[in-house]
Amino acid sequence: MDEVGQLPVLSIKNLFFTYPDGIEALHNVSLNIYPNEIFVLFGPARSGKTTLLRLVNRLSDLIDGAVVQGEITFNGQSVFDRSIKVANLRRQLSMVFAIPSPLPGTIRSNLTYGLMMAGIRDPLVLDQRAKQSLEQAALWDEVKDRLDQSAFALSGGQQQRLCLARSLALEPEVILLDNPTSGLDPLSTGIVEDSLDELKARYTIILVPHSIQQAARMADRAAFMLDGEVVEVGKGSELFTNPQDERTEDYVTGRFG
Amino acid sequence: MKRQQTQRAAVGIISSVAALVVVPIVLVILFIGIKGVSAISWEFITAPPREGMTEGGIMPAILGTVYLTLGTAIVSIPLAIGAAIYLAEYATENRLTHWVRLAIVNLAGIPSIVYGLFGLGAFVLFMKLGTSIAAGSLTLGIMTLPVVISTAEEAILAVPQRFRVVSLSLGATRWQTIWHQVLPHALPGILTGVILGLSRAAGETAPLLFTAVAFYLPELPRSLLDQTMALPYHLYVISTQVPNMPLSKQYGTALVLLVIVLSLTLVATLVRTRVRRRREW
Amino acid sequence: MSDTSPFPPPHQATPPPERPVQFGWSLFVERIIERLIWVTGISTIVIVALIFYFLVREGLPTFLDITWRQLFGRRWYPIEDIFGLWPLIVGSILVTFGAVVIAVPLGLTTAIYLGEIAPQWQREILKPLIEVLAGIPSIVLGFLGWVALAPVIQNLGAATGLTAFTGSLILAYMALPTIISISEDALYAVPKEYRDGALAIGATQWQSIWRVVLPAARSGLVIAVMLGIGRTIGETMAVMMVTGNAANIPALGPGMFFQPVRTMTATIAAEMGEVAEGSLHYSVLFGIGIVLFLITFGINSLAGRLVGVQTNDRRKGKL
Repeated sequence: MDEVGQLPVLSIKNLFFTYPDGIEALHNVSLNIYPNEIFVLFGPARSGKTTLLRLVNRLSDLIDGAVVQGEITFNGQSVFDRSIKVANLRRQLSMVFAIPSPLPGTIRSNLTYGLMMAGIRDPLVLDQRAKQSLEQAALWDEVKDRLDQSAFALSGGQQQRLCLARSLALEPEVILLDNPTSGLDPLSTGIVEDSLDELKARYTIILVPHSIQQAARMADRAAFMLDGEVVEVGKGSELFTNPQDERTEDYVTGRFG
Repeated sequence: MKRQQTQRAAVGIISSVAALVVVPIVLVILFIGIKGVSAISWEFITAPPREGMTEGGIMPAILGTVYLTLGTAIVSIPLAIGAAIYLAEYATENRLTHWVRLAIVNLAGIPSIVYGLFGLGAFVLFMKLGTSIAAGSLTLGIMTLPVVISTAEEAILAVPQRFRVVSLSLGATRWQTIWHQVLPHALPGILTGVILGLSRAAGETAPLLFTAVAFYLPELPRSLLDQTMALPYHLYVISTQVPNMPLSKQYGTALVLLVIVLSLTLVATLVRTRVRRRREW
Repeated sequence: MSDTSPFPPPHQATPPPERPVQFGWSLFVERIIERLIWVTGISTIVIVALIFYFLVREGLPTFLDITWRQLFGRRWYPIEDIFGLWPLIVGSILVTFGAVVIAVPLGLTTAIYLGEIAPQWQREILKPLIEVLAGIPSIVLGFLGWVALAPVIQNLGAATGLTAFTGSLILAYMALPTIISISEDALYAVPKEYRDGALAIGATQWQSIWRVVLPAARSGLVIAVMLGIGRTIGETMAVMMVTGNAANIPALGPGMFFQPVRTMTATIAAEMGEVAEGSLHYSVLFGIGIVLFLITFGINSLAGRLVGVQTNDRRKGKL
C-alpha cells in the first residue's frame, strides 16, 4: 500500500480506541504519513477520523476512561511515552478545528498565545512570528492594520485563517486540520485550500475534508475510513479514480454517504 | 363553562398567593426603612454607644462587622476557589469526588449554631485563640465555603470548553490553560459568588455568639485576638436585653444592617449582569 | 521563492531539535499549585469530619454520663441537672412543621405563578425581590417578629405573642426563597411537550398544570420540601427571639401551636453563655449540636441522593 521510500513522520500501528461508554471508535488502524504531503482522511460520519486526529496530538487525553491500544510514533518516538511533555508534542503537531475558535482577545494575542506559553517572550520574536504566520495563512494583508483589535470582529473565513496562522506560529512539523472549511463560503474555502497547497512544501499536513470533492482536490495520498477501520490507502490520483476496494468505490461515487 | 371558571379561579388564587408572598417583602423593607430612618445620623454611624446603649451610635458594631467580613473573605476565598477549580477542572467522577460533593452539600446544610459550637471547640478552645476576631472569622469563613464553592464552580464550568481545548492544542499545560483561559473569564462569576457569600456572612449572628462577640467593649479591637462587637449581635441584644432602648434606634440598627447586606447583594447582582452583557462569545 | 519568503526552511525527515519548553522550575511550580488545589478540594471532606470530631469531643459526656431514659425525659431543667431533651425536640418539631405547612403551599404556588403564569416583565421584578428576601439576615426578620409581629398575635387572642406559631410564620418566610427556587427548577425541568400535549387535547392551562406538570415535577418538589425543612430546623436567632423560650411541652391539641416553646437551636444559643466549660450542661449543649448535625446530615444526604450526582459531560469527549 505505502511505497514512498522515505521515513514516515507519523507511524500508526494497530491502533484501537474505545470511548468510556464502551463504543469502539478505532479498530486496528495502521497508517504511515510521510513528510511534505497532504494526507487526507476521508469517510462518512462516525468513521473515526476525528478520533484518530485527536489521538495523534493526544487531545484524546481529555476523555476520561478511554482505552487506547497500539502505537503512534512521531519521528521515531512513541506519542504515549511517559517521558515526553505533552505540551511540547502539541506544538509540533498543531491542530485546526472545524469551528473557527479564536480565543478571546486580539488577533495578536491569539497568534502569540502558544509562543508565550512556551516561554518565548521577546516582543521582536513574537511580532516576527505573528507576521510570518499571517502571511503563510494568506491573512496578513487583510489584518495587518488591526492586529490589536478583537479576533471576534473577523469574518468566519478570516477567523479560520487566523486559527491556521495560530498553529503556524508555533512552527510545527505537522498540521492537523479537522474539517477546517466546513462552515466557510467557497471563496474562503478556496483561499484555505490554496494556502495548504503552498504550505505542504514546508509542513506535513493531515486533512479531514468536508466533502469528497475537497478530498480529491487536496490529497497527495489518502485513506478511506469506515466504521473505525482503514479500508484503503493510496495515492490521491488513484484512490478516487480507481479505488481497489468496493466500499471505497461506493463511497467515492456517492452510493452512500 | 365550568372548566373555564375553574381556570380563572385557579389563576386568580395563584396570583393572589404569589402577591401574598411578595408584597410583604416590600413592606418589610419599607417598614424598617421608615421606622429606622429617624435614628440615622452622622453620630449614629460614627460614634460608640453610651448610657448602656440607649444613647450614642453603633460604630463599633459596624466596624466589627467590617472586620469579621474581611476575615471571612481571607479565610474562605482561597479555599473555596481552590476547591471550585478542583471540582471543575481536575476531579474525575470517582468516589473521592462524590464524597467531596457530598461534603459540600452537607456543609451547606449545617445549622449556623452548630458552626458556632464547632468554632468554640476548635478555634476558641483547642487552638486557644479565645473569643476573638480570628476565631470568628475562621468559623464564618468555613460556613461561607459552600456558597462560594458552588457559584465559583458554576462560573468556571460556564467558560466554553473550546477555549480549553484550543489552549491545550496550542501547547499550553493544564494549569496554564486554567490560569490564562479559564479563570480570567470565570472571574466575574466567582466575584459574584464571593460577594454573595460575604453578604450572608455579614448578617450572621449564631456562629459568632461564642466565638467572637461581646455585648459591650469599651475599646475598639486592636488585634486579631481581641473580641469585637458586631451589628447582628448588637441588634439582638439591644432589642431583647436592654431596658428602655429607644425603638427608633433599634430600627435604625436593623436598617443599617439591612442596607449593608442588601448593598452587597446588589453589587453582586450588578457584577453578574454587567459582565454577561460584555461577553464576546 | 525569494529570500524574503515567509516560509521557514524545508522540513527534514530527521528527529527535530529539542525545543525549549517551559523551564524546569516552572513545571515544578505548576505541580505544586496543582497539589495545593487538590488539597483544597479534599479539605472539604476534612472540614466536615473535623466539625463532627469537635462536636463529639466536647459533647461525648452527654451520652456517657446521662442515661438514654433521662435524655428523653420530658423535663429540661439544667439547673437541677435534669436534661430531658424531649421538650426541645418537640419545640423544634412544632415550629418546623408549622413553617413547612405554611411555606410549602405558598412557595409552590408562587413557583407555579412564576413559572407558568406570570408574564416576563413580572418575572423580572419578582425574582429579584425573592432574592432580596433570601438576603435579609435572619436576625432582622427575628427582630421584626419580636417587635412587630408578636404584639399582633397577642392582640389576636393568644396569651403571649411569643409562640411556636410566630416562629413558624417567620421561618416560613425565611424558607420561601429556597422552596420557590427549587420548585421553579423542578417545574422548569418538565418538558414543554407535556404541557403542549395536555393543551392539545383540550385541557385548560390550570388542568395541564394540575394534572400533568405537577405530578411530573413531583420528585423535584419533594426535594424542595426537604431542603426547606433542613433550612428551617437549623434556624437559631429568629426562633430564639419569637418563640418564647419556654422549655415546656405544650398540651396536645390545635392550641399547641400558640404556646411558647423552645427549640434545640435556641437552647444552645441561649444557654451556652452561662455554662461552665466542661460541665455536664456544657456537654449536653454540644450533644444537642450533635443531634442537629446528624439530622441535617441525614436530610441533606437523602436529598442529595435523590438529585443524583452531578456528572461532568465535558469529560465524555465533546468539544
